Amino acid sequence: MKVVLRNPDREIDVVGDRLVREVLTELAIDPDTVLVIRSGELLTRHDRVRDVDRLEVRPVISGGAG
Amino acid sequence: MRCTRCREHAVIELRRHNAAFCADCFQGVFRNQVARAIDEYDMIETDDRILVAVSGGKDSLALWDVLLEAGYHADGLYLGLGIGGYSDRSHELTSAFAEQRGASLRTIDLATEQGFDIPLAGRKGARSSCAVCGLSKRYLFNRAALEGGYDVVATGHNLDDEAATLLGNTLRWNVDYIARQSPVLPAADGLVRKVKPLHRLAELETAAYAFLRGIEYVVEECPLVAGNTQLRYKESMNAIEARSPGAKTQFFLGYLDRGMPIFRTAREEVALTACARCGQPTTGTFCAFCRARAQILGERLTPAPARDDPRELAGELSDDVLPDEIYGARVDAR
Repeated sequence: MKVVLRNPDREIDVVGDRLVREVLTELAIDPDTVLVIRSGELLTRHDRVRDVDRLEVRPVISGGAG
Repeated sequence: MRCTRCREHAVIELRRHNAAFCADCFQGVFRNQVARAIDEYDMIETDDRILVAVSGGKDSLALWDVLLEAGYHADGLYLGLGIGGYSDRSHELTSAFAEQRGASLRTIDLATEQGFDIPLAGRKGARSSCAVCGLSKRYLFNRAALEGGYDVVATGHNLDDEAATLLGNTLRWNVDYIARQSPVLPAADGLVRKVKPLHRLAELETAAYAFLRGIEYVVEECPLVAGNTQLRYKESMNAIEARSPGAKTQFFLGYLDRGMPIFRTAREEVALTACARCGQPTTGTFCAFCRARAQILGERLTPAPARDDPRELAGELSDDVLPDEIYGARVDAR
């Protein structure tokens, strides 16, 4: 499964057919600090992703003031 | 996972509320939280003219969207900071948002108006680039609001921003700054009312709202922000939140309910005078913005020519300062 990470933009391969939560744990990412997007839709950590999916993991933390 | 309200498929889980929502219900919850914030602190009257400080990021564009959807008269103001491609993309997305919604957007270029941009400030100034950026925004947004006859300036500060600021000021026991941290800063002579209608909403929620509304915002981080203090405090708060969902909410909203009244009783009133250069309120001879600008440009600060009526001077120059001493309840990055 392809996962697009941001800041800086890069793409990595991870194993699919498991829960979003498990993917984020492998990547050491706190689920409350990112949006996980698949085909234009938001996923929660309880959703299952497939090997053929392509995810964007978009950070929500900004350092500035709005 | 199902929506707590309607049992449809959930697209966002809010652990701090022990709830999950579908796209429609979440947008309703989000708007209700903004309305509650506005109502609770009497932030905005129905017929107020609002100037929204927009950066092209998720928070300010989400705020502008909610205010427009709610029927408020809300114009945008974008400040060009001169941070290369990052500023170009931010302006482009802000302009596209305004065009799509038929909203009015004014743009101010810092370099054109004041003779410096943020990268130059970082190289030449005594303060960090983040500190000058925040100071410039407070100064120029207030000045633009005064000149444009706006009643209120609205900013996109969210719960995470406010909790991180409170944490930073608490770690240093900056008692005066803590006492002044509030979702609404009332108008004063030369200072337009300033409000933060997103203060009840976490960063995850503003990002999700912007995404679900189809708002294209700048995802990339400002290249100058790496390692700034505010980010470190946010990361610390997130580490606590991960183990204790709701901790951030309890920390900041608990402060507003129970801490702020206590700190305010101990607050010392500061005497304001007009900045000798620009005429805006300050506690010193020259305001923080004029001092920073002069230092960056290597200029000597000199008082403006004397006028007969100091109040007239402040009105004419409206080169307003939102001095750190008054609106500076933020933690400057070092």
